[in-house]
Formats: sequence, C-alpha cells, structure tokens
Amino acid sequence: MDNKIRQKILFIAFCLVALVYVIRLMQLQIVDDSYFRSAQENVLQEQTIYPARGLIYDRNGELLVYNDAVYDLSVIPIEVKTLDTALFCKVLGISSEQFRYKFEKLKRQKGYAPYKKCIFDRQISIPVYAAFQEHLYDFRGFYVDVRTDRKYAHSNAAHIMGYISEVTDRDIENSNGYYQMGDFKGMSGVERSYEKELGGIKGIKYILVDSKARTQGRYKNGEYDTPSVSGKNINLSLDYKLQALGEELMQNKIGSVVAIEPATGEILAMVSTPSYDPNLFVGRDRGKHYMELLLDPAKPLFNRTIAAPYPPGSIFKILMALTGQQEHVLTPATTYGCSRGYLFVGCHAHGSPLPLRGGIAVSCNSYFCQVYRSVVNNPAYKLREDAYKSFHKHITSFGLGSKLGVDLYGEGSGLVPTSEYYDKIYGRYRWQALTTISLGIGQGELGITPLQMANATAAVANRGYYITPHIVKKIDSKLNPNPDFNKKHWSTIDTSYFQVVIDGMQDVVEHGTAYIAKIPGIEICGKTGTAQNPHGKDHSIFFAFAPKNKPKIAIAVVVENAGFGATYAAPIASLMMEEYLNKKHDTRKALYERMIKANLTHKNTNDSAATKTR
Amino acid sequence: MTQLQPKPAKFDWLTLMLYYVFVVAGLLCIYASVYKETNPMIYDNSMNYGKQLVWIGISFFVGLMILLIDEKFFYAFAYGLYGIGIVMLLSVFALGTEIKGSSSWIRVGGIQFQPAEIAKFATALALSKYLSGYNIQFKERKTQMICAAMILLPMVIILFQNETGSALVFVAFALVLYREGLPGWLLLVGIALGVLSVLALLVKPLYIIIGLVVLAGAFLLMVRRTMLLIYLTVGIIAFASAYVSSVDYVFENVLQAHQKSRINVLLGKEVDMKGAGYNVQQSKIAIGSGGLLGKGFLEGTQNKFRFVPEQSTDFIFCTIGEEYGFAGSLLFIALYMLLLWRLLFMAERQRYKFNRIYGYSVVSILFFHFTINVGMTLGLMPVIGIPLPYFSYGGSALLSFTVLLFIFIRLDANRMNELTSGAD
Repeated sequence: MDNKIRQKILFIAFCLVALVYVIRLMQLQIVDDSYFRSAQENVLQEQTIYPARGLIYDRNGELLVYNDAVYDLSVIPIEVKTLDTALFCKVLGISSEQFRYKFEKLKRQKGYAPYKKCIFDRQISIPVYAAFQEHLYDFRGFYVDVRTDRKYAHSNAAHIMGYISEVTDRDIENSNGYYQMGDFKGMSGVERSYEKELGGIKGIKYILVDSKARTQGRYKNGEYDTPSVSGKNINLSLDYKLQALGEELMQNKIGSVVAIEPATGEILAMVSTPSYDPNLFVGRDRGKHYMELLLDPAKPLFNRTIAAPYPPGSIFKILMALTGQQEHVLTPATTYGCSRGYLFVGCHAHGSPLPLRGGIAVSCNSYFCQVYRSVVNNPAYKLREDAYKSFHKHITSFGLGSKLGVDLYGEGSGLVPTSEYYDKIYGRYRWQALTTISLGIGQGELGITPLQMANATAAVANRGYYITPHIVKKIDSKLNPNPDFNKKHWSTIDTSYFQVVIDGMQDVVEHGTAYIAKIPGIEICGKTGTAQNPHGKDHSIFFAFAPKNKPKIAIAVVVENAGFGATYAAPIASLMMEEYLNKKHDTRKALYERMIKANLTHKNTNDSAATKTR
Repeated sequence: MTQLQPKPAKFDWLTLMLYYVFVVAGLLCIYASVYKETNPMIYDNSMNYGKQLVWIGISFFVGLMILLIDEKFFYAFAYGLYGIGIVMLLSVFALGTEIKGSSSWIRVGGIQFQPAEIAKFATALALSKYLSGYNIQFKERKTQMICAAMILLPMVIILFQNETGSALVFVAFALVLYREGLPGWLLLVGIALGVLSVLALLVKPLYIIIGLVVLAGAFLLMVRRTMLLIYLTVGIIAFASAYVSSVDYVFENVLQAHQKSRINVLLGKEVDMKGAGYNVQQSKIAIGSGGLLGKGFLEGTQNKFRFVPEQSTDFIFCTIGEEYGFAGSLLFIALYMLLLWRLLFMAERQRYKFNRIYGYSVVSILFFHFTINVGMTLGLMPVIGIPLPYFSYGGSALLSFTVLLFIFIRLDANRMNELTSGAD
C-alpha cells in the first residue's frame, strides 16, 4: 500500500507545480496589464512625418525664404557589426579619433539605446552624401535621412525673417508633447511669430517593427495615422527692393530705417544695421556663426528697429506742435522770439520771431520750449501734474511709450516718462515745465524706437490715426487675419490741427533744415532730428512721409553718432522714398555715392558741439 | 490451462491521442513563431516547421515500428542500448560539432542529433532492467550504489559537454527511485538543500547560520531533550552551515559567468536587460500580453517579430501564452497533467516490475522537462535550455521523446499477457 501512497504523493506534487504555474499565468496575463503595454511598446513605432515649412515672399511675390534638402547621417548602433572604420572615416573625412569621440558622445546622450536610431552627423555635404551612398552597403547600420532646412534667396532682412533652430528642452516641456528632440522651430523674427502658420502640423505614422527595428508593415492599415499639414506660405508686406536699397545705404553705419505704408500700417522696409547674412544660420557651422555674431560688440543680432530706444530729438517738435494746439495754448499764429536759445537750451541762427509753421521749418528750440512750457504750466489745469498727464496722454496716443504690438518678437516699449516718474525723481509738486524742459525738444528721458517714430509719422500722415504696424501682409494668399492690423487707432489730436504742422513739415524739406531730401515732383513732409546721447556724437534722425496728400510711405531713419539729421538720415530717407515712389534711386548719383561710401562704424568719438538740436 | 495465443495488444488510446494532439499543436506553434506574411506555405523545407514536419513523419514511423516490435526486445536489449548510448555520448568528444556553445551534437549526413537524447531512454531501460532483476532489493546498499552509478555516468559525461540542462534531466530519476523505495527523507533532504542553496545565494551565509542556530535552539527548548537528539541537531546544523558556506564558494569559483548571471537574474539580484534577463523579460511580455483569450493564431506580434529569442525551441510556450492567452495556457497545462496522470496510472497497473519502473522514468522525465521549461518562460526557473516535449522545435528531441513514450505504450499494451507468459 505504501507504493500506492507514493504514487499519489507524486501526483499531488505534479499538481502543486501546475497550480503554481496557473497562478503565475493568471498574474501575468490577467492581473498585470503592464505586459500588454510593454508588448505594444515593443512593436509599435511612431514615425513623425515632417511637413514642409511655409515659404516666405515679399509684398510683390519675390521669393525670400525656401526649403532646401539636407542630409543627416544617423545610425542604429546595434546594427553596426562589421564596419571598416578606416574606410568610413575616409568617406566622411574625419579622423579615427573624431569617430571614436562621436560614438562616445552618442552613447552618453539622453535616451540612448543601441536599437534606436540616433543622429551621428548633421548636414553632411552633397559630395560626402554621394560618396556615402556608394558605400552604404559596407556601412550597415548607418542611414542617410533627408530633412529640409531653410535657405534664403537673398542676404537681406535677416532680422525680419529670423531663423529656425533645434528646440530646447524647455520648448519640449512647454509644447505639451508636440515637439520632440531634434525638431526645429522659429527662434526669432517672422519664423518665430508665425511659427504656427509656417510650421504646419506634424503627422504621425504608426508602423510595426520587429526586434531589430526593421519595418514589418503599418499598424492596422494606417487607421490611426494622421497626415501632416504643410506650413502656409506667407507674403511679407516688405518691399524687397526697398529693403535691399535701405541695407545698401545703411552699410557701415549703425542705425535703423523703418518705412510704413500709412494707410495700412504695413511695414515696407525695416533695416537694422549692422546686420548679418541669414544664410549663416543654415548648415553645419550655424552654431559657430551664431556664437561669433552673439559676441560681436556691434550686436548684429539685435534688432534695433523694434528694440532700441533713442531720444527722438527735434522730430518730437511735431508732436509738441499738435499737443499745444489741442490744449489750446498754441495757434498757428502764435509767435515766439529766439535769441539763440531759451534759458539753458541753445539754438542756432535763424530769423526771429517766428510763427508755428516757421518754427517747425527752422526747428527752433526756443519756440518749442515755450510751447512745452505753456502746455505743462497751462493755467487751465489746477495742478501741473494734471497738465503733464494730458500732455502724456496726447503723446502716447501716437503709440509712443508702449509696445505697438508689431508681429515680430522682441519689441521694446520705449519710454515716455509719466508724472509719477518725475515725482520719484523730484518729489511730488516739486517739478514743472522748466524742470523737464528738454522734453519739449525731444531730449531728456524720452526713448522712442525707430518703429514708433515711423508709426508716429504714419499717424501724422494719416492726419490723426495709425494702424498697428505689421510685417505679414498675407497668409496663404489671404490678408493677415489679425483684427488689430485692420483697425484705426485714433490719436487724441483733432484732425484740424494737423494741416499747419504738415505744412511746416513740407517747408522743412522745401527750404528748411532738410532741403537736401527734396525730390523734384514729390511733395515730401519731414522733420530732422539731431539727438544728443550719452554714447558720443549726435544721432542723425529724420522722419518723413510722402506724398503730402494721400501719403504712400512714412519713413523714419536713425543713424547712430552720425551728426546732424540732415547729414545722413535725411538723404537716406529721401533716396528710399524716391525708390519706392518713383522706382529709381539713381537720379542723384553724388548723394547716393556719398551715402554708400560713408563709413561711420569706426569714428564713434565724441566731437559733438554744445547743445544743438535741429 | 495454457494459452497458446497471446492476447492481442491493447494500446492505451488516450495516451496516443494526447501524443498526437501535442505534436500537431506543437507544429502549429512552431509555424506561428516563425510566421511571416511572405512565406505562407505550411510545408517548406528551408523553414523550421518544414523540417519539423519531416521529423514528425519520421517520429510517427518510428513510433509505429516500436508498437510492432515484440515487447521482450526492450527488456533483452536494455543494457545493450545503454552501452550504445554511453559510447555515443563519448564519441561526441571525438566527432562532435559545437552548436551554440554546447559541444553535444553529432552530425551524420545532414542530420544533427544529440546522443544525450538517446541516453535518456537508454538509461531508463537499463535502470528498469537492473532494478527488476531477480533477487534485487533496493534497500541494499550495493543496489543503491549501482543505481546511482548508472544514472550519474551519462549525467557527468553530458555535463562535460556543456549541456547543463540535459544533464539535470537525470535528476528526475530520483522520483523513480523514490517510488521504488528510496526513503522520503532523502528527497526532503534534497529539497532542503535546494532551498538552502537559494538562500545562500540571496543572503550572506553568516546570517543563515545564525538563523539556523536560533531555530535549532528553539527546537531543543520545546522538545524533551535526549542526548541523541542534541547530537543530531548539532550535527545537522554543522552540516547545513558547512553546506551553505560551500555553496557560496562554488557559486563564485566553479560556475561559469553565464550560469552565474542566469541564476542571479532569476533570483532578482541582477537586472540584465541585454543578456539572460532579456530572454525572460521578453518571454514574460509575450505571455503577459496574451491576456485572457490570446491574440489568435498567427496574430502574436511578440513572437512573430522575433522579440522572444529561441521562440520556436525552448521558448515555444510563449507562443501558446501569447496567441491563446490564459485560456489556452490553462488547457495546455490541463492536458499535460492529464498525460502525466495517465502515465502514472498506467505505470501502477503494470504487473511486471520492469514495465512499472520504465513507466515511472517516462513520467519523471516528462514532468521535469515541463517544470523547468514552462517555469523558465514564466520567470520562475533559471534559463536552462531544455525543450518542451512534443512542442519545441528540434528533430532529434522529438524523435527521442517519441521513442521514450512509445516504448512504454508498447510495454503497457501487453500487460494482460505478462501474468502467464512472463519474461525471462
């Protein structure tokens, strides 16, 4: 009987083992669903389909930015088995130390796995690509991937177009999972502000892979795939020829030019010098070039047109004339005398006394100090600060002192001091017109960006309103849908007050400080500015619009440390207006040559005369 | 009363049916595990399943032949077969070709086979014949030593061929000896040593010894102490302590690196996702992803796309787990248990000792393979490369398991005649 028992014991032992296995199976197959997910991760691979980035044209359809194929060399380390390293290095043109270094670097990368594809070398040249294709069979595990990169048809307008660059870790975190390592996105300029339109939408393709990451087919016949959506093409409001001329004229000078179409707020040209060739940000050495530009003391990456605040100098007198009239302390007939200055503010020799129109034409400092004084010390207000507040209101209604909302990244707000600002400096009730008198002639604490200057000119040209300046005219052949770019921002100045000021501005060009800017056959209204600044010689500033009736272009030019407004800024503005209105800029050869040849980048020494603003 | 005519052979149809079901199911699993849309033919000589189909044909034929042979043949030639088996095992050292780090294969023409497979049923036959011999008492020391020698001889040779898995299969004969009178406490001691070994690898030997001493002290406090009991306890503790220390030593100094790593992975001391751990992890993923009902025939992505290494041979159970899920796995285990139960039942109904011992050998070998192989895919046993009988791809393995089983079916078929005709 003992043996029968032993048979039973054995069978019970068998059953115990079977029971343990069944419990284990239950745990693996039914209770724990992590194995199911792991299986999906094993076989499902998400492939990103990159959309083509939108192209960028100018307002006349001139192609500015397009896409170009580049070749990235990637590797699946586990597939590299028999590699002729010497041959590989020869084809790629690297040393064996570099090869080892690259591989070591690869292995230390975040998320490295031997079965995952990773980029070995970015943007190999076409000859290397061709040589590599021949040897592709010898280099098992290496792949050449085609990607598109930006290519710029011209070397102009670098600041406006901006550049694209690989996303940073922060971009990836903030993108809600949209961006992945190695994706590109716009980092400045239009590329950045219109990333959504230009970038398109990435598509996803699910494929099945085997353990060696070889494609085995599509997952459920592509049921879950999403196609990519190409980026939209964009038309800038920029006039390429005008822009190119502006950059040519501004070469070897530091400064800005902004030209706006007053009726629409479209930016026609936007020059910030020194600039750089946007193609430097394409290709293998982009990182090197970027560092060079970043460390350049002239700050070529800095877009002065929207971010650099300048004291506007005498061009501010135009706004003073308008404010004085609106506050009823000034009429076109008001005359002030000038004995080469007002208190401590100097002035130059001109006829005296003058009415408003004449005061603008000769840019009389005394006249506008008087105007400022009567505005701020206006007896209609009980308190000086209330009078100043209404002055502040009028000035800022032209878009000064705050961001305009241009569709470019990095806009600065400039500065128009508030009454509280002066309270802090002098104490409340302890300041008045004479304390801040330099404001009346556009000096002092004022900081205005060239874009704000051009915008204010456009507002004067429009007799009282401006439309938020913008650089993108059409998206996908439809007008820019941003409602702000279609809305009139009215200033607080009554339209009737503009006529005498505009007449004065015409006099400036006809026989005033800026007669050098005169173009036969075109009625130009302008105003020069010679802004004192702490950095050296005065800034040469000029703003103008033309033609006088139905203005088509409003322009502001700032040339840093270049002296009188009439010396550089006015001729440059004049040549550009001629180009835009008459489609030629060579009628005044001597002037054109002088502008192009002038090199102001090296003489940044201070030889400015005493207080002088024209 | 003499019976001139022997009774007609009565084959055990249930066992035969289970065998055919297993072989066909195994073929389908092998087909599924190497399946690709691009090779739809079930018969293709260049593929695993094509070759397996040929081997199935050979196995069926050989099985049929065995059923037709007179059952006395196996008794008569038991020692002869054992001798041939040992010679073939030894010949591997001269003629063997190395496959996957194990030098246990012989190539004859285009066919490779492992003599270790033959050694299994040859040893079973010889052991049965010896123990069923006239005037042989298992209780005698001499008998026990001879039995141990018969089992250990092929085992040691196979060990030298670097086939640890096949060698371990011979441990299964312990169950046969247990049935024939090996004291149960010996088996228990064996199991206890196994547990101690695992503990020794997991915990520092010193802690185990302290633990054992505490346990022994508690034991002695609770029982009525006699001098004998005290000596016995102290002796056991001393032995266990020495054993635990030596396991650690053997593990560090005797085992090969890949064996150490496999054991470490199993014990959870090492996570090696590229080596031994990868196999087990992928195997668990494949089985775990099957869910309750499985993904269906040819739908298992993990097997199909080669995530499980050795999927058609040692890890064939992954295919069952993934494509037929928990339900299919349960059915598989149930059928396997049914086969084992049936064989145990058949062994006990033998009236002739030779038949019974041989039957127990078959049960023990099949059980051992099942336990290790399935346990390995479930991550419960170390990765020891032994096939799942009748399922795994491998021609010589299938043939040898067929021979192993069919000899017993043949012996069983004549159980009614043995009382009268006997065997001499």
